[in-house]
Amino acid sequence: MEKDWLDHGITILVVILIFTVQMLITTFLVLFERKFVAWMQVRIGPNRAGPWGLFQTVADALKLMVKEIFVPRGADRTIYMLAPFLTVFPAFMAFAILPIGPSFEFVHGDKTHVVAIQGANLNVGILWLLAMSSVAVYGVMLAGWASGSKYSLLGSVRASAQVISYEAALSLSILPVLLWTGTLDLQEIVAAQSGWNWYAFGLLLIPFVSFFISGMAETNRLPFDLVEAESELVAGFHTEYGGARFMFFFLAEYINIMTISAVAVTLFLGGWNGPWVPVQADPAGWQVALGVLYFFLKTFVLLFLFIWIRATLPRMRYDQLMSFGWKILIPVNLVFLMVLAGLVVMQEVGAWPAGFFR
Amino acid sequence: MFIGAIARGMRVTWRNMFRPQVTTQYPEEVRPKPPRFHGRHVLNRYADGMEKCIGCELCAGVCPSSCIYVRGADNPPEAPVSPGERFGYVYEINFLRCIFCGLCVEACPTTAITMTNLFEMSFTDREDAIFGKDLLLVGEEGESRHEGKNYDPLSLSKRGGWMRATSPGGDADYEGIPGWPSDAGRGVETAETGQHNLPSVNAEGSQEGSGAVSEGYP
Repeated sequence: MEKDWLDHGITILVVILIFTVQMLITTFLVLFERKFVAWMQVRIGPNRAGPWGLFQTVADALKLMVKEIFVPRGADRTIYMLAPFLTVFPAFMAFAILPIGPSFEFVHGDKTHVVAIQGANLNVGILWLLAMSSVAVYGVMLAGWASGSKYSLLGSVRASAQVISYEAALSLSILPVLLWTGTLDLQEIVAAQSGWNWYAFGLLLIPFVSFFISGMAETNRLPFDLVEAESELVAGFHTEYGGARFMFFFLAEYINIMTISAVAVTLFLGGWNGPWVPVQADPAGWQVALGVLYFFLKTFVLLFLFIWIRATLPRMRYDQLMSFGWKILIPVNLVFLMVLAGLVVMQEVGAWPAGFFR
Repeated sequence: MFIGAIARGMRVTWRNMFRPQVTTQYPEEVRPKPPRFHGRHVLNRYADGMEKCIGCELCAGVCPSSCIYVRGADNPPEAPVSPGERFGYVYEINFLRCIFCGLCVEACPTTAITMTNLFEMSFTDREDAIFGKDLLLVGEEGESRHEGKNYDPLSLSKRGGWMRATSPGGDADYEGIPGWPSDAGRGVETAETGQHNLPSVNAEGSQEGSGAVSEGYP
């Protein structure tokens, strides 16, 4: 099907929409986190900027943006300036491949246009996410190296070691889904989970839990936040950053949290699937809206879980972190992957009842 | 791996989320101060309006951080400032140096200087940290000349317990005993009822939402 100007216009519109929503959600995610953590610590939390402190993050961002830009002596100027963008850019890009709502069609003139609420429907799908999260490590690593400070360097060394270790566990917990569905296309993965066949509810609960844990490590969230361990490394790799550049690191961190949650929703919790939103060729407008709502609702539940865990668990020791990643998560995932591969083969040769667990 | 322990911890944080918050919204809501709070000082008056300070400089002598400067002068016979020979002509406390130990209160032979529950003393200039008699001396009605926001000038009650407990005429178990002739403010006051019923010492409604806090005092 040849794409005309309308299709391109729709794509641009959807991309702008996703970007805006992403920024908005990230802004409020910071506030939600602060609020929830405050409540769990029997505090009130930010409540001064706007009603219920709603504009706290906006105020913080404005403050950071007007602050002086400085480069510490001994820093590698070019790389120092570049690193925050290397971190924030992949964070935005990773979210672009996720189908947020059901695709719908509309007829304009004599042509039918398909609108996918998705930044880009890549045929490599989930591979893009892995690629982008790997690129994001460079930003952290270069930031630590270029700062010319021991804390930054230690933080970034820890960050790269941790992220590379848990990247393996993350990929290994995505593989069962790909094996089970037989595709990398995220639209098809979501469609395969329609009607309560959410993967987290079945055999794929183990990769879901493993994905969530390694996602936490990947985004340097609290039980795994050795990267910016305040009590040891001041602030880790972004010790020497301030103002707008610090804001980019901060932004990237929260976008990554949201992306990991959204990917977990897409892969394991049925994406935009839910009651009254079946996978069909031409859904009604309210069904599209409901699907988008389901997607963000599920993402929010996972985000709350992130925050809840952050408010509860203390930081892991570095050797525990590494041994947990390499000696528990990766072997468990490998064994599970082999068992699952066996099951799939058995189903294909008919030794296992078809439709069982599927 | 520690799943039970993690679940228990998660339950604690979950439960905490629905408990009433302990935060005091400070500028709007002030926690009641304990009766023996070491706030800023005032210079008191007798019931007839005479100043209690006799300019003896014992407070300045005992002050470990040398933050008090006193210069006494002879009372003018036709219009005496204090009963007796001399009065405190200059009385200055540098609150950047003061450590609020209260030794001056113990040293004072006439209870002229006492501590209060007032604590809002921010200044933007080092000069402003030196409080002279114009700020330290209570007014004609026994009110403190304090510039804090949450402040009722006539609230200078129940702040002398510590002084009573440590002064020679006082009693550690000071409840119900007017162990000393007077207290901050003006004139002679009735005996304290003890610390069990903390009065609302500051702005109206300061007790609201902070009941748990006042229970903390014995």
